[in-house]
Amino acid sequence: MGDALRPDLAVIAAHVPQGARVLDVGCGDGVLLATLRDEKGVDARGIEIDPVCVERCVARGLSVVQGDADKDLTFYPDGAFDVAILSQTLQTAARPDHMLRELLRVGSRAFVSFPNFAYWRMRWALMSKGRMPVTRHLPVSWYETQNIHHVTVKDFEQLAADLGIVIENRWFFTREHEVAKGGANWRAEYALFEVSGR
Amino acid sequence: MSTPFQTLSLPTDLPLDSGQVLSGVQIAYETYGELAGDKSNAILICHALTGDQYVASTHPVTGKPGWWERMVGPGKPIDTDRYHVICANVIGSCMGSTGPASAAADGAPYAMRFPVITIRDMVRGLVALLDALGIERLHAVVGGSMGGMQALSLAANWPERAERVLAIATTARHSAQNIAFHEVGRQAIMADPNWQGGDYYGGESAPDAGLAVARMAAHITYLSEEGLTEKFGRRLQDREEKTFGFDADFQVESYLRYQGSGFTRRFDANSYLYITRAMDYFDIAEEHAKDGQEGKLADAFAGTKARFCVVSFDSDWLYPTSESRHVVHALNAAGAPVSFVELSAPFGHDSFLLDVPALDRVVKGFLDG
Repeated sequence: MGDALRPDLAVIAAHVPQGARVLDVGCGDGVLLATLRDEKGVDARGIEIDPVCVERCVARGLSVVQGDADKDLTFYPDGAFDVAILSQTLQTAARPDHMLRELLRVGSRAFVSFPNFAYWRMRWALMSKGRMPVTRHLPVSWYETQNIHHVTVKDFEQLAADLGIVIENRWFFTREHEVAKGGANWRAEYALFEVSGR
Repeated sequence: MSTPFQTLSLPTDLPLDSGQVLSGVQIAYETYGELAGDKSNAILICHALTGDQYVASTHPVTGKPGWWERMVGPGKPIDTDRYHVICANVIGSCMGSTGPASAAADGAPYAMRFPVITIRDMVRGLVALLDALGIERLHAVVGGSMGGMQALSLAANWPERAERVLAIATTARHSAQNIAFHEVGRQAIMADPNWQGGDYYGGESAPDAGLAVARMAAHITYLSEEGLTEKFGRRLQDREEKTFGFDADFQVESYLRYQGSGFTRRFDANSYLYITRAMDYFDIAEEHAKDGQEGKLADAFAGTKARFCVVSFDSDWLYPTSESRHVVHALNAAGAPVSFVELSAPFGHDSFLLDVPALDRVVKGFLDG
């Protein structure tokens, strides 16, 4: 896979089936979509809010629509995609629960990754300093962050259960490495889930 | 006008949406760059309301550079070293294609006997030109404003003819506001005593005053308030004080008068009537309505195999971003691969013609990708 891919993106790229129809929600500059198109022959589509990123995607020959995932997913028909991807964006959604439902409406399965707010460094920062943590994966101060719904591994698993969503796979990462699943809620800096509807 | 145009006579009649038929149709066009042996590298560029086929070469009447010379040429975003670019004058216009100033079967100009045409009729003319040139499938069709309407119309009605569709600062239907502005322009022309019911050809005078007013009103809609304020503010023209009269005291007045009078030297008033009417009638969804049901835009694009790129500008209030989003949502619903970006530029609707480097990158990326 592309050598520049972040570990969670590399895992997603490895697990997307050949030739699948893929929607990457919050696709950034399109690095994952371009990899999927070039190495897996997928029908790659994206939604991205930042016009500069969209412009880079178009320059890569990708089909990416500038838009707000909170509002624009509704314009995609049911089951239009085999795979929907939401990488490091769930925590920016106005309603993460609605977003998950929409992902699994437009796609038959979804990959969702997010920073784990229960990571021990977060807990330590909050406990020792009494202030909102600023880390690699949540790098912006509380008042200017786009991350409006902080979530933990356990919270996500609970939400999936509440929504009747099946967790097919899970991966956990700290820095650039995958970590074991045991104690992930403490030990994982960020998490990736593969989910499907019932 | 005596300028010789490169024209092609269509071998067959052109059926129109109105039910009428145009015979002996001429299409005037320009080409740039070599056509590949397999004819796979042709790009059709569609011009806007008052544009013409001189997209990247000197205009024979005004002597000015082509209207999109910054975009089209060797090494430019639409690279004529790679692509064979075709740009034709639409039917109804006045730069060599058959329009109201052309001679009808009786030898006299059509004038208002010219049939009312639609955007789809213009595209019929362009498709007939492609047929005559032996170009089965375009690498891309590209257009801004009314040119974007033609690009979308081609995609909806001739879905096999273009691999890529690039629609800039445009819409899939004309809004009430757009129609209202056009009506102001048409009324200005028809209120000019020199209009004479459209039969002014060969006479002493043409409805230049009316046409100039139409152009002035339209020109305001092509700019943004921010752009106008930056360019002119309330500055006075060639004077220190207001005259307390109706001369062009303000720079913006003098600029509009200049735009209006310059326009009458290169454009025919009746063509302005016909082309604005065609734009007002434009509604792709309505065209594809069935059994009395309200048409859905997604249905119009259901059969397309093309890739789309839609671009809007944040300062364009004539064809605002919401119009582009409407097109994009329909394309998504139709499952078409589509890109969309709203670019930031201060120039209003005219941004697509002006120096917006991000547009260059998007156009090049989309055509080459």
